[in-house]
Amino acid sequence: MNPQTLIRSLAGAALCAGALLASARAAMPAELLASYGTQAGSAGAAARGQQFFTAKHGRDWSCASCHGAAPTQTGRHASTGKAIEPLAPAFNAQRFTDTAKVEKWFRRNCNDVAGRECTAGEKADVLAFLLTLKP
Amino acid sequence: MKTLLTLAVALAATLAIPARADDHGPRVPPLPAYQQECGSCHVAFPAGMLPAPSWKRVMGNLARHYGTDASLDATMTASLSAWLAAQAGTTKRVREEPPQDRISRSAWFVRKHDEVRPATWQLPAVKSAANCAACHTQADQGDFSERRIRIPR
Repeated sequence: MNPQTLIRSLAGAALCAGALLASARAAMPAELLASYGTQAGSAGAAARGQQFFTAKHGRDWSCASCHGAAPTQTGRHASTGKAIEPLAPAFNAQRFTDTAKVEKWFRRNCNDVAGRECTAGEKADVLAFLLTLKP
Repeated sequence: MKTLLTLAVALAATLAIPARADDHGPRVPPLPAYQQECGSCHVAFPAGMLPAPSWKRVMGNLARHYGTDASLDATMTASLSAWLAAQAGTTKRVREEPPQDRISRSAWFVRKHDEVRPATWQLPAVKSAANCAACHTQADQGDFSERRIRIPR
C-alpha cells in the first residue's frame, strides 16, 4: 500500500468512526442523571427516588410492582409474569445507556404508574436512587 | 464443476426451508425490531398466531394495551404493523378473531391446553396464560414443540 492510499484509508476510517459516534445515542447512566438534573434545575435525590419508586401514585401499580422493591434482582411483570432483568445499572450494564430507550420506558411506565409523564426531577430522583444500589 | 455448483445450490435451498415447529406451521424468524419492541413485557408472540384484523386492532391501540401503555413512535408502529400483517394467520387453524384479540382465547389455544390443570395456571411461576415461557422453554425462539415443554411444579 502506498502512503497516499494509506492516508486515504485512514481518513475514511476516521470518518466512519466519527459518523458512528455522532449517530450513537449511547449515554452513561451518570450522564443521564446529570442531564435530568440540569433539566429539572436541581440534582436528583436518592431518598426521594426510592420513595417514588416504591409508592403507588393513584393507580394499581408502583414501579416496584414489576421491578421489585430492590431492583437489583430479576423482577416479574405484574400482569404477564415475564422475567424482567435487573434495573439498577450496577447489576445490569445495559440499563440507562440508550437515551431514546430510557425516554420510551419512562413515558410508558410513568403513564401506567402515575397516569401521566414523569417530570425531569422525578426521573433524576429515580435514577439517583438506582445508582446508589451497589453489589 | 457445473453439476457440483447446481448440487450446492440445491442443498443450500433445502437447508433454507424454515424448520417446522410441532404442528404450528413454519417457524418464521422473528423480526429483530419485533423481538425488541414486543418481547420486553411478554414473549414476542409468534405473529402467525393471530389473524390480520386482530393484529390491526392491537397495533392501533398500543397506548391502551391490555392495561398498560405500550405505545411506540409512529415509524416503528407502521413498520411492525406491516410485518405483522404479512405474517398474520399463517399458523395452522388460525382463522377466528379470538375474543379481545387474545391468543389465549383462541379455540385452538384452549383445546391445546385442556390437559393443563387449573392449579398449574395459578402457580406463581406461571401466573398468566401470556407467560408462554413458564412451560414452553424455547418460546422466545418461537419453538413451542412438545419436547420443549417443562411444566413447573
